[in-house]
Amino acid sequence: MRELSLHLLDIAENSISAGATRIVISVREDLVADELWLEVSDNGRGIPPEMVEKVLDPFVTSRTTRKVGLGIPLLKQAAEACNGFLTLESEPGKGTKLTAKFQHSHIDRMPLGNLEDTFISLLLGTPSVNWVFKYQFNDQCFEFDDTEFKEALGDLPLSDFRVIEFISNTITDGIANARNITTKEGVVYANH
Amino acid sequence: MPTIKSIDDLKRLREEAQKVKELRDQTGKTQIIVGMGTVGIAAGARETLKEILTFIEDHHLPDIILRQTGNIGLGGQDPVVQVILPGAETVTYGKVTPAMATRIMEEHVVKGNIVQEFRIEA
Repeated sequence: MRELSLHLLDIAENSISAGATRIVISVREDLVADELWLEVSDNGRGIPPEMVEKVLDPFVTSRTTRKVGLGIPLLKQAAEACNGFLTLESEPGKGTKLTAKFQHSHIDRMPLGNLEDTFISLLLGTPSVNWVFKYQFNDQCFEFDDTEFKEALGDLPLSDFRVIEFISNTITDGIANARNITTKEGVVYANH
Repeated sequence: MPTIKSIDDLKRLREEAQKVKELRDQTGKTQIIVGMGTVGIAAGARETLKEILTFIEDHHLPDIILRQTGNIGLGGQDPVVQVILPGAETVTYGKVTPAMATRIMEEHVVKGNIVQEFRIEA
């Protein structure tokens, strides 16, 4: 995979497969400390302690465990190649938390890529999950919890074209805002 | 219909949608499923899904249920897209690029004609 955003999508799929009803994804870019943090936590069925090691090992996982594939070992390798690490904390019946850290400026660090599309795909593709997305760029933060949004939606499907537009704009603008980038409407947000 | 800018707009939209809901319930909905396992994602499933969303948004298509699923289990055919028209059988497409997704939306989802050349055995 060529983007960290695609890895996030893949990790989130594991959480969905684990029966999670609430999944929190947070991404933090800290240019001062030169760190990039990814975190995915869920309230799914969790992984037994003896399995956690196996999940991280590319030669032990793969096909026998349907729950996870090669995705996690690949991300772990990518993080370690960039002076970082990947940890997996899990408690059966409670949930799982995956954390990956990268040196932000490392030459081998793959780009974050299209985070907006990853968030939009997850929210619209798996509406049964309560999604929380957090994106922090230095001290600017964007947070989206779909609870209020889904309550307002009621019976209206998420795939209604007006809803898709609203979600896309909310997420794209939120991330752009945190990054202090000019949005579609031409508004420039100050960073401090 | 003006663009939705807030949660309140969304609530108004819901009320409007409620009024026409009874009529639509009888015609059924089209389902579109995109396989998003590790291999699917690496093969470009997110871009394919995004293209489908953009098509629905641009063409104001009503009554579509879009969802993603894990590995559909058709090795080597990712990204996989399945289309189920109301009352029809599941049609599976393989190696669906964004451009192919647009054609599937135009031909199959909108006009009801299966795009045979993209179809695979499921």
